[in-house]
Amino acid sequence: MIEINDLNKSYSIGKNSLHVLKGINLQIQEGELVAIMGSSGSGKSTLLNIIGMLDNYDSGSYQLDSVPIKDLDETKAAKYRNKFLGFVFQSFNLINYKTAIENIALPLYYQGIASKERQKIAMDYLDKVGLKDWASHLPSELSGGQKQRIAIARALASKPKVLLADEPTGALDSKTSDEVMELIIQINQEGKTILVVTHEQEVANMCNRIITLKDGVIMTDIKTK
Amino acid sequence: MIFSKDSWKEIFDTIRKNKLRTFLSGFTVAIGIFIFIVLFGFGNGLQNSFSEFFVDDKVNTIRIYPSSTTLPYRGYESGRRIEFTNQDLIEIKEKFNSEVEDIVVRNTFYNQIKYKDKSNQYQVRAVSPGHKEAENTILMSGRYLHEGDIENQKKYAVIGRLVAQDLFEGKDPIGEHIFGSNHSWRVIGVFQDEGGDREERMLYVPYTAMQEIQKNSDKINQMIVIYNSAMTYDESLVLEKKLELYIKNKKFISPDDNRGVYISNTGEELENSKNFAAVLQIVVTFIGIGTLIAGIIGISNIMVFVVKERTKELGIRKAIGATPNSIILMILQESIFITTISGYAGLITAMITLKIIGNNLQEKYFISNPYIDSGDALFATLILIFFGALAGYLPARKAAKIKPIIALRDK
Repeated sequence: MIEINDLNKSYSIGKNSLHVLKGINLQIQEGELVAIMGSSGSGKSTLLNIIGMLDNYDSGSYQLDSVPIKDLDETKAAKYRNKFLGFVFQSFNLINYKTAIENIALPLYYQGIASKERQKIAMDYLDKVGLKDWASHLPSELSGGQKQRIAIARALASKPKVLLADEPTGALDSKTSDEVMELIIQINQEGKTILVVTHEQEVANMCNRIITLKDGVIMTDIKTK
Repeated sequence: MIFSKDSWKEIFDTIRKNKLRTFLSGFTVAIGIFIFIVLFGFGNGLQNSFSEFFVDDKVNTIRIYPSSTTLPYRGYESGRRIEFTNQDLIEIKEKFNSEVEDIVVRNTFYNQIKYKDKSNQYQVRAVSPGHKEAENTILMSGRYLHEGDIENQKKYAVIGRLVAQDLFEGKDPIGEHIFGSNHSWRVIGVFQDEGGDREERMLYVPYTAMQEIQKNSDKINQMIVIYNSAMTYDESLVLEKKLELYIKNKKFISPDDNRGVYISNTGEELENSKNFAAVLQIVVTFIGIGTLIAGIIGISNIMVFVVKERTKELGIRKAIGATPNSIILMILQESIFITTISGYAGLITAMITLKIIGNNLQEKYFISNPYIDSGDALFATLILIFFGALAGYLPARKAAKIKPIIALRDK
């Protein structure tokens, strides 16, 4: 599903350039649940952003579902993101003036799906994350765990090939974290490929493969299950 | 997809759920248009009043008044009272025959006028028939004075609208006799005048009839020269000078005497008023452009702020699949929609306001019938909509170009 070869990425800070990813090689098969770990500055978020087409890379190659991803303009990147990827962020990133169901339906709007159909699909996913009764609530009326579940539903609604989660439990307490991770595991068991960036060992342990980054290189790559 | 029903639904949804933002940008446009139209309308109203002041009398006239000399000349002492006579009138008419359409007589008196048991003090102007043209007198009923009335010294009177109202109280005055200067005068006409109430509390009688009453006097107080309307202002100044020299010579007034005879050219007033109107036009235009610029700055500020405030939202939309173009179009569509609706609302409100004000400010502020050309109003509205859209487009394009990762980091 994801094939990365000798991927390099540097940021220039003033005159100096900071080499963040130093020749990453990574293959992820369909249906895997992968945790990417590492301390801050290890390059894990940068890797996820590149996989998510939110950022571009300098050299190497990256293929997503056999499609080469390189030097995309914003329009093309937007279309690929919409088609291939679902995002879950630490800070949820729900649109605050839209209700739960409207937030979930938004990616479908950008796919050009008709309004009624959007409603139906969004409701199905709302049901799937167990928040059917909260459809017409605004994000400000929801708890952190509920918000993250809405965000997961939104990420799934566009039927992505890969779900990318950047510290999905970072803003949640441990009990809620477990609930959200259980949901992620459940979605994975239904066949979805999922990448989770985290620095929490407990969260990583729930995944079936743990990749640890340090200073821009992969230190360990362990299959746990 | 972009101009589909769905994209409108998305925009209405955004508008409905961001009422304060929508109100602020809409209000800015509406108030901008409103102030522009009302001020511009007031400016036009000022110009209206202004032209009304000057359309009262015929403009191609030169008025000649006799007065007292202040310099001794050719054996005459200073302080001599100059007087015109019927003979002077005939001679001046002959002399300036080619340049002058008519020379009108106006002798002014104040008399107690009586009809049955009603009586009142009025200005009586003993005039020649050409006075009607010089004063732009509008006849309402009956007729004006004829040459025949002058020749035969008829005791006829043409009375003002308000005189008729005062004395006759609705009754038809034509053919009735009024009493003044110990004589009876037959009313032959009623007139109105755009110069205001004062000009309608007056009577016109044949100057010869008045002269006869005053022991066959042949004195004339004031002559009004109506020159050819084809004459330019400069030509009329030359005529004015020639008249002055001719009269001074004829009446033995020193050419250096500033008094003795007064000559005033209404063409000069017209020239001044034209200049004043031009200045007024510039002021009005300046006010208009100023308010419009203030409006444009207002809407630009709001749009920049709105897009800034939405940066994160736009980042989220991009992360879940919005293309940069769809972001730009969404913001443009939204801003054009809001500015069009509120601009139109401001336009209609302002038009209604001007209509309601109407002539209510005429007396105190000299603003009569304020109006704005609907083309100008529409143009101003379109300008604001255009700049509103432009002010939305520039930051929207910038926001659409930002990588979602950076937009999402924004808090």
